[in-house]
Amino acid sequence: MPDTPLPDEAVLRARLDRIRIRHPAPAPEAVAEVVRAVLATMQGDLTATETALLGEVAELGRTIAAAKAEIAALRVDDINASHIPSATDELDAIVAHTAAATELILETCETLDRVAGTLAAEGQGALSAQLQDATTRIYEACGFQDITGQRITKVVTTLKTIEAKVAHIIAAFGERQPGGEPLPEAPPVEELLHGPQLPTNAMDQTDIDKLLASFD
Amino acid sequence: MTMDKSMNVLIVDDYKTMLRIIRNLLKQIDFNNVEEATDGAEALGKLRAGSFGLVISDWNMQPMTGLQLLQEVRADARLKATPFIMITAESKAENVIAARQAGVSNYIVKPFNAETLRDKIEKVLGHA
Repeated sequence: MPDTPLPDEAVLRARLDRIRIRHPAPAPEAVAEVVRAVLATMQGDLTATETALLGEVAELGRTIAAAKAEIAALRVDDINASHIPSATDELDAIVAHTAAATELILETCETLDRVAGTLAAEGQGALSAQLQDATTRIYEACGFQDITGQRITKVVTTLKTIEAKVAHIIAAFGERQPGGEPLPEAPPVEELLHGPQLPTNAMDQTDIDKLLASFD
Repeated sequence: MTMDKSMNVLIVDDYKTMLRIIRNLLKQIDFNNVEEATDGAEALGKLRAGSFGLVISDWNMQPMTGLQLLQEVRADARLKATPFIMITAESKAENVIAARQAGVSNYIVKPFNAETLRDKIEKVLGHA
């Protein structure tokens, strides 16, 4: 037999609907207060189970209110307003400084290469080769700037993801700000663009050569 | 075997520093005709406008990645036989497989050394 709402239940539902329209998102502490008030007026009319259940609901309301207060005390909005922008600025500065230093090193190496060329032209081949071997090692080492740059970009992407998630937490549990900014989206992750892997996860050149050879 | 080191080589990377490093390493092994591009789209324009015997490209670039550049090169009737070496920090097997399926000639993982670069160029041009 289908459930048919009793007339007084329908009236109650209609009243609840009107209340929901007036208060679409009531604060949890207000809900807990209402439950406590209802419980106080219903002493003696409820079974032990019902009383326990309503007590749980009231406790849940208090827990949510306490969590909100704790989150507010943590000032998580500072993370998005200040900490993350500051961290990304610092990382950008690291990239800029290392790029400038690397350019200077490369410029100096190019001068040494020219000297090596002059030495070779003057018949000092051994010295020239020694000098060029040294510059080769420096060129190879300067590749660090590219790798660290890509690693830092990955960290910045992670920070932006954290920023988006913090914004969601603030929206869900923090104080509601009517008409606030829309939540930032987490940056999309392009397929096959993983960037540099940590040594424990990476394939080295030998592994890659073997993999390529397996296709031949 | 002897290589024609007078050929035009196109190097593609969005890090200017890396372009400079590769250019200098190529110069040390006597490849002096080197042109640069900072993304796949610019590289494709240069390839279509000129004549290159070798492409050395990074993968992770915007708006056109090195993989997309490789696919475009292999789909172009005039360019499809151009040797193409990928130099990238992307070291996952799925990347190597995708590059191979797209027709890469060889694959170098960053950080690399001059010997690896020379070795791969010799292998690729030996098979060109």
